[in-house]
Amino acid sequence: MTQRGVEGAHQGAHEHPAYQRHHFESVEQQFDATNFAMWLFLLTEVMFFGGLFTAYLILRNWYYPAFVEGSHQLNIGWGTANTAVLITSSFTLAMGVWCAQTRRKSGLVTFLILTFVLGMVFLGIKGIEYHEKWVKHHVPGFHYSEASFLNPASDPEIYKEYHDKALAPDMAAKTELYFFLYFAMTGMHALHMIVGISILVFMIFRAQAGAYTSGHVTFVENFGLYWHFVDIIWIFLFPLLYLISRHQ
Amino acid sequence: MTDMDEHNVKSAAHNERGMHIVSPKVYAAVGLALLALTATTVAASYVEMYVFNVVVALGIAVIKMMLVVLFFMHVKYSPKLTKLTAAAGLFMFLVLVGMTLADYFTRAWGRW
Repeated sequence: MTQRGVEGAHQGAHEHPAYQRHHFESVEQQFDATNFAMWLFLLTEVMFFGGLFTAYLILRNWYYPAFVEGSHQLNIGWGTANTAVLITSSFTLAMGVWCAQTRRKSGLVTFLILTFVLGMVFLGIKGIEYHEKWVKHHVPGFHYSEASFLNPASDPEIYKEYHDKALAPDMAAKTELYFFLYFAMTGMHALHMIVGISILVFMIFRAQAGAYTSGHVTFVENFGLYWHFVDIIWIFLFPLLYLISRHQ
Repeated sequence: MTDMDEHNVKSAAHNERGMHIVSPKVYAAVGLALLALTATTVAASYVEMYVFNVVVALGIAVIKMMLVVLFFMHVKYSPKLTKLTAAAGLFMFLVLVGMTLADYFTRAWGRW
């Protein structure tokens, strides 16, 4: 921009912070507009995950015994631990937003790092669970095995807890569909976590440079909306995948 | 919004731009409530309640979602536009999922 252009833009204008874009009347208007845009993005995410949730509900209704026995394969301990980890990470990020708003630089950096660490712990636990599925041939594809469902006693660890009955071969085949949805839903959720963690790394460096503690909190606030949204997706995945089929 | 003086900033829990600042106490209370609800929903899953296992699990999930949306995502303190946007998202989600499920569950297809 030329010197004249800068002056022109400021002619007769009130003083404003450097982070206010010139097409906005005020900082508040700028904040509200970006906040609104972030919410619109989140609504598209609701529609995206909504499709996966709907598919899960329909197919669970159709192939109920297969989905029940499939979900018996999930470990409630790991699922509960991951829920606690993710909720705590939402809390630490909310505290980060507070630090940004009240201009506490070192506090912000600390809470962003804590959120990053908790995000990594979540993915680590998810990795342990995925590995279990891999070892038992419960990942859909060429190596998928229906042995745990055709002959539940062959899977003693699960059998002693649930005493599942053997499924007919056509129903046992549908357990692959359960695991397909399990990997699709938790996988898309994990992908969102990976994106969030990547942005967190960027933010930790920017926060150390003092980027968010000079009054311009929009980025931290809107990233918070994204992170909390991903948390909400898990809040629904956890009961649907892990909890609701325990007694059937 | 007009500029507030230093005193007002502290007492009204707003920053100098008039943005509402949610206090760490509220965040801590909401965080603990979410952890307690997680423990509750896991405990409830060990109790035989037939169809109500699903109702209780999803009911608790909805309460947790509302806590996150209202406090962590600041919707309680946000402008009406944000409130309307969040509510519209929830409404559209329920319409799309509800209508689709109503269609699928009232037909005989898929039964072999």
